[in-house]
Amino acid sequence: MQWDIVIGLEIHVQLATKTKIFSGSSTAYGAEPNTQANAVDLAMPGTLPVPNEQAFRYAVMFGLAVNSEIERRSVFERKNYFYPDLPKGYQTTQLERPIVGPGYVDIDLSNGESKRIRIHHAHLEEDAGKSLHEDFHGMTGVDLNRAGTPLIEVVTEPDMTNAEEAVAFAKKLHSLVTSLGICDGDMSQGSMRFDVNISLKPKGSDTLGTRTETKNLNSFRFMEQAIAHEVERQMDILEDGGVIEQETRLYNGDRDESRSMRTKEEANDYRYFPCPDLLPVEIDESFIDDARSRLPELPDARKARFKDQYGLNDYDAGLLSGDATLAAFFEEAVAHGKDAKLTANWIQGEFSARLNAEEKSVADSPITGAQLGNMVTRISDNTISSAGAKKVFDALWTGENDNVDAIIDAKGLKQVSDTGALEQMVDEVLAGMPDQVAQFQAEEDPKKRKKMLGGFMGPLMKVSKGQGNPKLFNEILLKKLGG
Amino acid sequence: MTISRKDIEKVAVLARIRVDEEQVSALEKDLGNILDLVDQLSAADTDSVEPMAHPLNAVQRLRADEVTETDQRASFQAIAPATENGLYLVPRVIE
Amino acid sequence: MHNKSVAELSRDLESGKVSSVELTREFLDRIKQEDGKYNSFITVTEEQALAEARAADEQRAAGNATIWTGVPFAHKDIFCTNGVRTTCGSKMLENFIPPYDATVTDNFRKAGAVSLGKTNMDEFAMGSSNESSHFGAVTNPWGLSKGEKRVPGGSSGGSAAAVAARLVPAATATDTGGSIRQPAALCGVTGLKPTYGRVSRYGMIAFASSLDQGGTMARTAEDNALMLNVMAGFDPKDSTSLDREVPDYTATLNEPLKGLRIGLPKEYFSDQLSPAMEEQIRSAVKEYEKLGATVKEVSLPNARLAIAAYYVIAPAEASANLSRFDGVRYGYRCEDPKDLMDLYTRTRAEGFGTEVKRRILVGTYALSAGYFDAYYLKAQKVRRLIQQDFINAFKDVDVLMSPTSPSPAFIQGEKTNDPVTMYLEDIFTIAVNLAGVPAMSVPAGFIDGLPVGLQIIGDYFSEARLLNAAHQFQQVTDWHQREPQ
Repeated sequence: MQWDIVIGLEIHVQLATKTKIFSGSSTAYGAEPNTQANAVDLAMPGTLPVPNEQAFRYAVMFGLAVNSEIERRSVFERKNYFYPDLPKGYQTTQLERPIVGPGYVDIDLSNGESKRIRIHHAHLEEDAGKSLHEDFHGMTGVDLNRAGTPLIEVVTEPDMTNAEEAVAFAKKLHSLVTSLGICDGDMSQGSMRFDVNISLKPKGSDTLGTRTETKNLNSFRFMEQAIAHEVERQMDILEDGGVIEQETRLYNGDRDESRSMRTKEEANDYRYFPCPDLLPVEIDESFIDDARSRLPELPDARKARFKDQYGLNDYDAGLLSGDATLAAFFEEAVAHGKDAKLTANWIQGEFSARLNAEEKSVADSPITGAQLGNMVTRISDNTISSAGAKKVFDALWTGENDNVDAIIDAKGLKQVSDTGALEQMVDEVLAGMPDQVAQFQAEEDPKKRKKMLGGFMGPLMKVSKGQGNPKLFNEILLKKLGG
Repeated sequence: MTISRKDIEKVAVLARIRVDEEQVSALEKDLGNILDLVDQLSAADTDSVEPMAHPLNAVQRLRADEVTETDQRASFQAIAPATENGLYLVPRVIE
Repeated sequence: MHNKSVAELSRDLESGKVSSVELTREFLDRIKQEDGKYNSFITVTEEQALAEARAADEQRAAGNATIWTGVPFAHKDIFCTNGVRTTCGSKMLENFIPPYDATVTDNFRKAGAVSLGKTNMDEFAMGSSNESSHFGAVTNPWGLSKGEKRVPGGSSGGSAAAVAARLVPAATATDTGGSIRQPAALCGVTGLKPTYGRVSRYGMIAFASSLDQGGTMARTAEDNALMLNVMAGFDPKDSTSLDREVPDYTATLNEPLKGLRIGLPKEYFSDQLSPAMEEQIRSAVKEYEKLGATVKEVSLPNARLAIAAYYVIAPAEASANLSRFDGVRYGYRCEDPKDLMDLYTRTRAEGFGTEVKRRILVGTYALSAGYFDAYYLKAQKVRRLIQQDFINAFKDVDVLMSPTSPSPAFIQGEKTNDPVTMYLEDIFTIAVNLAGVPAMSVPAGFIDGLPVGLQIIGDYFSEARLLNAAHQFQQVTDWHQREPQ
């Protein structure tokens, strides 16, 4: 049987506010356990929530960026359940009246087409703490530093039909929230977490199948794997004549396994009701206008500009414009490096490779855009060769020296581009290799000739102590050998 | 409105309160009586009435995003039932 | 000394007739000698009180005194007190010492008042007789001379009994469905539940957040005004607190009542009201007429639904508010939990008393799938109808008057086996909380030697007018000065 896959996403986006959604505790990542959990966060008796304006500002900015209607009056509700990382025994969230109404995001697909994914709504809520399961004499340890960190939960319509679309949407959302500056986007620290709702239906059918929810995927790769895994699991069940149970599942990316999170006692009944400790939040036009005025250039607009302003092709422009930090790095580099294409190549090549190898983000890069740009300038003006540039890049990366020209000098990477001097060197080398010269001149096949030409380059580089401009050497060789 | 033993057992699980057999019987009577009292509500005509969550027709004030809290872990954990290495301890949580 | 009001004690302190240390010792001694009979205190903070008294005397000597500097009083054990055990009448918080103050607590500290301790109460403020306290029932000072152990009302029964027995001149209290007014009535003292949002709820342990309001209890209306001057005001830590100017509540106490328009809700004077109670209330209203007030009958047509709406809304909110008591971060934790479920269910089964559990279960039920609309949503709609009744009534009159409770203090144990009968104690007080308007109970007579309270209900933020009406009544009556034998 052929199946249609139906995918909807719920994405938790941690907002980059200084303080929690309902208290003045810091949200900084990495503090000692429970040192950023105050009386309100710990649900001490009698304590009360007071909402953070910035969380609302960020939510509104998000809503504007995804073409949503901003709800003028939103209401917090209590979602009741017991869990050790949920101090109040309820999560304060929005249900009936979320701050961000329906909207959409357009994603680009590998076949060159774009697709519109509708957003059902996005609501503000508080994050829970963390349960640490490492052994404390058979006990679990609870850290409530994260409890109360503001989140927006973005809920899509079930508009995606395969893992590629889901991942493209996730990446687009990541790029949006980081460009907006409302989330640091650091998925390894849980700043964005994805829940994937998946169901299957017979191809062409209008009736949706029973869906499962796979929770808390924190990388694009795991998301892709989890979708493939779950689609296969459901397909196996359905093709064996079984039924899909509506349930929440947990995916283990390291083992490519998933399992049900249901526990026996728990028939979930969250008993939502309006939180009586909080009043309805009214957002007026001036608040929305202010949020609008804070919107930076968004990825779609930036991509268009990169093509227009820097003459980048669609692929390069797409890659460099998605992430706000990377885009800023690129623009800083171009401002110093002039040659946009060459700059783009270096960023997507050596720079990305080094970041990946060291598991660093652009923000952690040891080299600045300006340094990379200065290096590119020296390539463009023939001061250094690509090989020399790689040495410069290394020196910048390791922090050996932070000045491009100083590195070139210190390492003697400056190319000799004086044709007179180069010709002399070529003559000298050719004189010492008469057999090879004769072979070259006898050869007719241009491919082989090209390869043989390379044979002279080694000795030339040796003679020039690596400083001869390879391009010029090539030209002179061809002239002298009658190429 | 009567409330069944099954309802009481379900609600007790939701509320995380252990009730034994004997208590269920007492609760069946008491909660039944309370729900009888509450059932007077059904007589009220509320067709066009907006639910009222709050006595005052006020809107929420929002707080500036400034850190106002300092670390008071020591004083909070001094009154905690079980802690270790700054963490609150609970019986093993199985996800 | 112990018969004096806050206002009088403050004047004595100011004139140097007595020091705060002397005063504090005297009241502490009284508590030691007398409270065995009443059990009105859960915790007496002798050392802290004397330290505060010494500091107050120094303040006064330095010329920095407020009205309250050095005046002894007590807090209902629902207000968190930094460094002092705060139990809320529950085993769950038997050993809970908060490292923070409620805003109300902080306000009294700043005013220089001397807290003698924490008064007994129904567990988590759920009760109308103070019999649900984990720390034992409170006995009403009235009736004891006849050898009768009567309830003081609840949930602020400890505060009411302590004030009536002259163990403190004043005490804080809270009112969710009548928990200030009904015990004030049953103990023959004066109590005020302010407009919802007038007094900060921060650090006041929540029962039902949209109904709870902190308030005052003392023998005179004037002392209630002095208390409210300290307690009322905007608190940035409470989202439901209102940013609205706070008048000096003592400034208007002496305004004449001529022209005051009193409404008597006919639903509160039905044939179910006992003739004895009706007679007391009508004669109190007559006093007001003598003072120049006019009286007319008004109607609160939906008031009869108040108890039903309340017993959905209050338990529903409570069911969530009390989820935080889970044995993880503070408070009671059961012995040797075998797993997480066991930790939760046993901690909560052992830490909460019968009435609290009953209400949590009712509230959970009312919010659960399939019942939400019929119970919770319906109750919220009825709540609006009840509010509208008050809004309509206050178009024609300035205040409403009624009995505070259907009968005087009853014998301990009389209603403990029947929660619904107990709930009906609050038949006259509950609608006020649903609407959020302010109301007082003022001593207005006796039935068989037991005090009776007159309830005065006002429009939103009309506390000054209520206090004025009560004060003027107390200038021409002496019910509030009667002392239990």
